[in-house]
Amino acid sequence: MSIFVDKETRLLVQGITGKEGQFHTRQCIEYGTRVVAGVTPGKGGQKMDGVPVFNTVAEAVKGTGANASMIFVPPPFCADAIMEAADSGIDLIVVITEGIPVMDMVRVKNFLVTKTCRLIGPNCPGIITPGECKIGIMPGKIHMPGGPAGVVSRSGTLTYEVVDQLTKLGIGQTTCLGIGGDPIIGTNFIDVLEAFENDPDTRGIVMVGEIGGNAEEEAAAFIKAHVTKPVVGFIAGLTAPPGRRMGHAGAIISGGSGTGQAKIEAMEKNGIHVCKNLGILGEVCKSVF
Amino acid sequence: MKIHEYQAKALFRTFGVPVPDGGVAFSVQEAVDVAKGLGGYPVVVKAQIHAGGRGKGGGVKLAASEVEAEQYAGEILGMTLVTHQTGPQGRVVKRLLVEAGQKIAKEFYLSILVDRATAGIMIMASQEGGMDIEEVAARTPEKIIKVRINPLVGIQGYHLRQVGFELGLPKAALKEFSTLLKNLYTLFVKNDCSLLEINPLILTEDDRVMAIDAKLDIDSNALFRHKDLLELRDLDEEDPLEVEASKFNLNYINLDGNVGNIVNGAGLAMATMDIIKNAGAEPANFMDVGGGATAEMVENALSIILRDKKVKAVLINIFGGILRCDVFAEGIVSAAKKSGITIPVVVRMEGTNVERGKEILAQSGLNLINAMNLKDAAEKVAAAI
Repeated sequence: MSIFVDKETRLLVQGITGKEGQFHTRQCIEYGTRVVAGVTPGKGGQKMDGVPVFNTVAEAVKGTGANASMIFVPPPFCADAIMEAADSGIDLIVVITEGIPVMDMVRVKNFLVTKTCRLIGPNCPGIITPGECKIGIMPGKIHMPGGPAGVVSRSGTLTYEVVDQLTKLGIGQTTCLGIGGDPIIGTNFIDVLEAFENDPDTRGIVMVGEIGGNAEEEAAAFIKAHVTKPVVGFIAGLTAPPGRRMGHAGAIISGGSGTGQAKIEAMEKNGIHVCKNLGILGEVCKSVF
Repeated sequence: MKIHEYQAKALFRTFGVPVPDGGVAFSVQEAVDVAKGLGGYPVVVKAQIHAGGRGKGGGVKLAASEVEAEQYAGEILGMTLVTHQTGPQGRVVKRLLVEAGQKIAKEFYLSILVDRATAGIMIMASQEGGMDIEEVAARTPEKIIKVRINPLVGIQGYHLRQVGFELGLPKAALKEFSTLLKNLYTLFVKNDCSLLEINPLILTEDDRVMAIDAKLDIDSNALFRHKDLLELRDLDEEDPLEVEASKFNLNYINLDGNVGNIVNGAGLAMATMDIIKNAGAEPANFMDVGGGATAEMVENALSIILRDKKVKAVLINIFGGILRCDVFAEGIVSAAKKSGITIPVVVRMEGTNVERGKEILAQSGLNLINAMNLKDAAEKVAAAI
């Protein structure tokens, strides 16, 4: 079992003919993901490595039965692409694009309230169910199928680091996903925690947070109330100075809120096994799961 | 992106938000000329730097005459202003705002921001104007008025009334306040602001409302559609190395420690800073070359870090996922040869083709310290300083 994606997922790629889109589509196909369509306005009728390209998402869905979309569309046009996917009946929208204006995402997020689809990201590495389906830019081969760990993170390469440690210690993963480093994101920690809790194969959860906002604090309270599985937590950015944006648009301590210390306290108070040294995170998971 | 108070006020005027008459001055003479043109005293002389707490630091003075205006302008211009937001090194004042003094009946706090939790636009206001609002929020949260606006429908009349009435404004000022708030909301949305803060907003003795302060942050990701705002960037307010890094699309922040570090990906970069500290050293910077970094970006990053005189050792931590470690290794070798490294450089690489990458480093003849894993890397770099 897994969450959100599996071998039945039928993926379309928005922005498939761009440099990034092409490269990562190939990587996903190589991993075994069922990539059924691509969308680039004006390039309908062409093929990218045998994948049919359509002008609109609606056409692609009609023609191929795609139910998930991976978006590589550049920031100025990305909000438009997300809303197009949502309006075309796509169930899962994974947005890799970094640098979408916050005001655009604020509108998209409010628009999605009336839709049933799930948005992951933006500014995220994507989601992978090892051995079944990879939607995103993460390196496939560091993952290990079969569980027991579910991994959720706000980051990209930091997630790879965590997964790599798990795999090296023989701890497989059910599903790993990055929810994105932007201030406004679709799926949040709580959505993922709930899904992992309901997935019988996930027996332990790794939650990787960072400074900025209060998503980790809310997730910690949710874990105490609703999650029975062990959770190992890590927070990046304890040494970050206040008021500075640490690479991710959402990673900023503002007005004394969003500090790493506050997040760690909230996690410890709610029964999460907090690992304070990234170098030994895998070992902590091994002892807890 | 931050902009100066005088720039924010110019934008306020454009959107019909009342601000005092005034103008910017780059010299004492210009300051005096602006003061003379205001038609009377007192005038306020305000240091223009990208940091709050200027008044407490001595950067804001009320001048009762031309002589005083000249004297204060001379004192403030060129001073190193230290506030709780500048850090101990302070900031040199190169611009002044000179404006007409106001007869203040009451001070308020007013801000607009993007609320992450609700994905809405939030108006925050308080009768406790002129104070440190974070202190007010911590001590007496009931004194903060919060109104969430759905961005799809925008600000409505009842939002304006709610803020106006809860601020306890006199009836005579309510209409003008509603217009002011509505205009500010429009300004906020149209210019892709991430924060708009007025502290204080004042009620004058003749029941007028006016912004006598203005702080405005613009979403850097939206600057592609605001070329006019991009011109307001003041490079003097930024760290020269950070300006240099931004030219290469590197996310770099200069810090106080002595261990330089280069990492791909923001989350891993923060975690690497933390692990340096865990090992007993202090990070000299945050440097994210991007999750999909190229060898060239690593090269540029290393050259910037080596120019930072306080750096005594460097840790390079690359998780080569799809981009291969051998390519990175070649970038590091090329950069190290060009920059002529004289301090210890610890390299930790992981991912695709890592063995080939390590061979390239070992055969380079350079004094690079190879690390087994992240923990090992942090310990080795801490031991090297």
